[in-house]
Amino acid sequence: MTTTLLLLVLLAPALGAAVLLLGGRRTNAWGPLAAIGVMGAATAGALALFGAMLTRPAAERPVGVLLYEWLAVGDLRVPFGLYLDQLSMSFVLLITIVGTLIHVYSLGYMAHDPDRRLFFGYLNLFVAAMLLLVLADNYLLLYVGWEGVGLASYLLIGFYRRRASAATAAKKAFLINRVGDFGLSVAIMVMFTMIGAVTFSAVDAGIVAMPGWVPLVLGLLLLLAAAGKSAQFPLQAWLFDAMEGPTPVSALIHAATMVTAGVYLIVRSAAIYDLSETARTAVIVVGGISILFGAIVGSARDDIKKALAGSTMSQIGYMVLAAGLGPIGYVFAIFHLLTHGFFKANLFLGAGSVMHGMNDEVNMRRYGGLAWVMRLTFITFLIGYLAIIGVPPFAGFYSKDSIIEAALAHSWTAGIVAWLGAGLTAMYMTRMVMMTFLTKRRWQPDAHPHESPPVMIIPMALLALGSAVLGYLLVMNDAFEHWLEPVTGFVHEDPPLAMPIVYGITFGVVGLGVLIGVLANLHPAAEAPTRVNPLVRAARADLYGDAINEGLFMRPGQVLTAATVITDRRIVDGAVMAVADLSTGAGDQLRRVENGFVRSYSLALVAGAVIVLAALLLLRIA
Amino acid sequence: MTPISVVDIDYVALAPVIIVLVAAVIGVLLEAFLPEAARRSGQLLLTGSAVALAFLTVLIVAASRPFGPIAGGSLMLDGPGLFLQGLILLTSGTAILIMADRRVDPGGDAFAGRVSTLPGGEEEREVSRRGLMQTEVWPLMLFCIGGLLLFVTSNDLLTLFIALEILSLPLYLLVGMARRRRLLSQEAALKYFLMGALASAILLFGSALAYAYAGTIEFAGIAERISERTTANTLVIAAVALILVGLLFKIGAVPFGQWVPDVYQGAPTPVTGFMAAAVKVAAVGALLRVLYVPFGGMRWEWEPVLWIVASLTMLIGSLVALAQSDIKRMLAYSSIANAGFILIGVAAADQVGLSSVLFYLLAYSVATLAAFGIVTMVRVPTGEATSLEQWAGIGRRSPLLATAFSLILLSFAGIPLTAGFIAKFGVFTAAITAGALPLVIVGIVASAIAAALYVRIIVRMYFTDPVSASAGVASPSPLTVAGVGLGVALTVILGVFPQPVLNLVEQTSIFVR
Repeated sequence: MTTTLLLLVLLAPALGAAVLLLGGRRTNAWGPLAAIGVMGAATAGALALFGAMLTRPAAERPVGVLLYEWLAVGDLRVPFGLYLDQLSMSFVLLITIVGTLIHVYSLGYMAHDPDRRLFFGYLNLFVAAMLLLVLADNYLLLYVGWEGVGLASYLLIGFYRRRASAATAAKKAFLINRVGDFGLSVAIMVMFTMIGAVTFSAVDAGIVAMPGWVPLVLGLLLLLAAAGKSAQFPLQAWLFDAMEGPTPVSALIHAATMVTAGVYLIVRSAAIYDLSETARTAVIVVGGISILFGAIVGSARDDIKKALAGSTMSQIGYMVLAAGLGPIGYVFAIFHLLTHGFFKANLFLGAGSVMHGMNDEVNMRRYGGLAWVMRLTFITFLIGYLAIIGVPPFAGFYSKDSIIEAALAHSWTAGIVAWLGAGLTAMYMTRMVMMTFLTKRRWQPDAHPHESPPVMIIPMALLALGSAVLGYLLVMNDAFEHWLEPVTGFVHEDPPLAMPIVYGITFGVVGLGVLIGVLANLHPAAEAPTRVNPLVRAARADLYGDAINEGLFMRPGQVLTAATVITDRRIVDGAVMAVADLSTGAGDQLRRVENGFVRSYSLALVAGAVIVLAALLLLRIA
Repeated sequence: MTPISVVDIDYVALAPVIIVLVAAVIGVLLEAFLPEAARRSGQLLLTGSAVALAFLTVLIVAASRPFGPIAGGSLMLDGPGLFLQGLILLTSGTAILIMADRRVDPGGDAFAGRVSTLPGGEEEREVSRRGLMQTEVWPLMLFCIGGLLLFVTSNDLLTLFIALEILSLPLYLLVGMARRRRLLSQEAALKYFLMGALASAILLFGSALAYAYAGTIEFAGIAERISERTTANTLVIAAVALILVGLLFKIGAVPFGQWVPDVYQGAPTPVTGFMAAAVKVAAVGALLRVLYVPFGGMRWEWEPVLWIVASLTMLIGSLVALAQSDIKRMLAYSSIANAGFILIGVAAADQVGLSSVLFYLLAYSVATLAAFGIVTMVRVPTGEATSLEQWAGIGRRSPLLATAFSLILLSFAGIPLTAGFIAKFGVFTAAITAGALPLVIVGIVASAIAAALYVRIIVRMYFTDPVSASAGVASPSPLTVAGVGLGVALTVILGVFPQPVLNLVEQTSIFVR
């Protein structure tokens, strides 16, 4: 029964993707509805699995299903197996429920796009890959989902292919993700070399007996992978550009699911991080920097989606930070991930609804006063806003406050960063609400804002409901801690301050943020002021993340490519090749032969032979 | 007078080679005696059935014959040899399917109507008006396949050299016979011939030195002689170096593979596919045998050289491929890069390495053939649309073709659930077990670079708007569809259910010495 349901959850979206992507135009008419249908089936399956899991005692909740032995090379046996425990169950529920809502919303949002069948096909593909990622029972199969998620997100970011910027953004996302993938693939190789296995259970069991450097190296490599997928410092640059994709994509991929894969990876590898203090510290540092980095960028961007992207980076930073705290934080990382999945999807869909009514305008300086025109959007957005800044009893309050407490229990620095992030979050989110919904109208002359159709509003309302109550539901009787504890372990540590003081400071910081956000944005200008302080200028340029990436990865790569090509073309092949273009006429073609290309090839061949010979002789002497 | 000893020949074990070579001879006779109208179909029937029959015979031999030297010790019947023979016949058969297509090019098949006519001349126009076709390509193919089959089972240096010549000479001709862009094709043939002759000479010289050292040309004898030595001898080191260079040339490893882009670009595309698949399979097979059997005792000497060559090949192949604007040149550099990945497995120098290489060869060769098969279908009025620019927006007009090509490219990129991923994973793990972690890191970097390249093409097909000079997709005959379909299907099947084939290569991967 479990096997059937698991396969249903995994295969339904995959089947949807296959039918929609391979079926061609025949499926245009009913394709989007079919995509929603398979999502509904997957959600139903996930809920049934959840129900069945709840009826079992905690120790018997995890189930593993071996489908078949995928590959066996030498001593390494890799199963094609699925593993469903409390951790993956949480993810499966988040992915299917939020995913389904976003599918429904897209029906309205993409109603006028001629390629919407493709869009829904990619969405299904993405969900299928993400489900495989969280359901795999070993790192190699996880890597399959990991790559699949990357590929699907790439297709979705580049969906508006008439925009050159979309293609560039897609490429950038793919390339930066490759840097992260490199970390994961080397980590898998190290696991294979040192432990001789790649299944979670075998690695968890085997890592204990390893020398100290193994968990450290693995932890750092997995952190690199997580940073790439979760847009954490220093691999964050793609996230902002990725907003080129249609807004539902931003909601699905860049808020609720894909960027959470890195957090999943870290928490799933808890056994590795538990053994290396240094690796955990690195995780905390990356998370902490990302909290502030994302929040600062989010405060300065006028593009509503890019501001939200900064916010995503910052909120994921909280999760990564919490995951780096070890057993006192794993539970809260996942807790915040779940609540964030709801309220961030809610905010993104709200932003999409605003754009839908404003001719796809994304510049908040062209908004203003929309609260009165798009009332329902405003209300749902407001709930998401209250959730993200952490106002009780909305969801974000519980999850973020838990992280702040755990961070304080770990160290003052971590705690202060978490507080600072909370204040900044309140500031930039208030700015967003002020500029978009309140303040005076600064619309373009041709803008005629209108409320979105019910097919978009209903998913937003449901997500808003989740943003409102999910936090309370999960902390009631410490339900979530008990739920996840068997998987990740949980240690409660009291912060160095009394709880009322912690709450007091948190509320004070958030209140201050809101106050600054209101006061600074009472009368926003319709054009972005150009005379701004250096911090704002830096933040508008994403704190020069692009320049850093360019310097670190792109330039050396380009130089290397160019140098190789030049060596290949000029020095080795002879200078003539650079002159003689391949497509020139017959005479030129013949002359190229006479001009001694073969001679230079032969020279290279003979030189190579001499070098090989010399190398062998040298080796003998050595 | 010494009595003449009669060599006992196991004709059944030799049957695959005999069938192909006899069919080639019959093919030559058909050229002379069949009326022109019947030649093409006759040749096709002969070639196709000979390859299919030879493939069946390989299976029978594998099931029924004891392993050991055959044909008086010149050839060796063993697991890797038979696997490679089967793979060569499989890929050759697929290449023949694509080669036989006469629908994608309105002028006929991929070969010039009369190769002897002057390019662009009056006579050439007359030939194409009459719709003539050069049917000698089929016996040439058969001779070449016969050489390939011998190449991977050679058990002494002289047979190795002769097999190399048998397979090379028909190839030089086939490369020069393209119907379109004939000058480029003829230039490629000349280059390939000159370079090939040089490489053959180097190989032969190495063989002579090996004989001078060991007093025998037989692999087993050389191995014995090497195992007896106490100190390394300059003579045998020079022999290894030169033989290695001769074989690395055929594989297209850097810096011995500079001919690859020019020749792959100029040759008729189905022939390019054949070279990139079957010929590379055979060359790697011969390299494996030579390094593992006669020179296995010198592993510590040649291994570092292979490390360097493999690293250079992967990195330069991937990087330069990024800069290409011509699809055939791009695929040529990609095949160079793939040769580098194969060499990782070769450098592992043990049974796991050998089986990983065999799997890689299978995954790579079927995908490569399908890739070049697809290239033949994407056309502009003057021939194939080789410029990458012209591939813009193919995905919109021909989703099936673009999906197939994307799958192939994803496999080259080593994305999971394709054969390419399992293959790369296999050679990487084999190399790690053999202690070559640095080589694997280079491999992962190179595959990350290459992935960007392949994805760029997928973007070009799906996300770029067609330009005015964009190519159309010719409707292929069932032959090409079958060839390409087989490649794509195997790419997916081997990615999802690799275990049966992994078991097969693990069982077959022991050289009989």
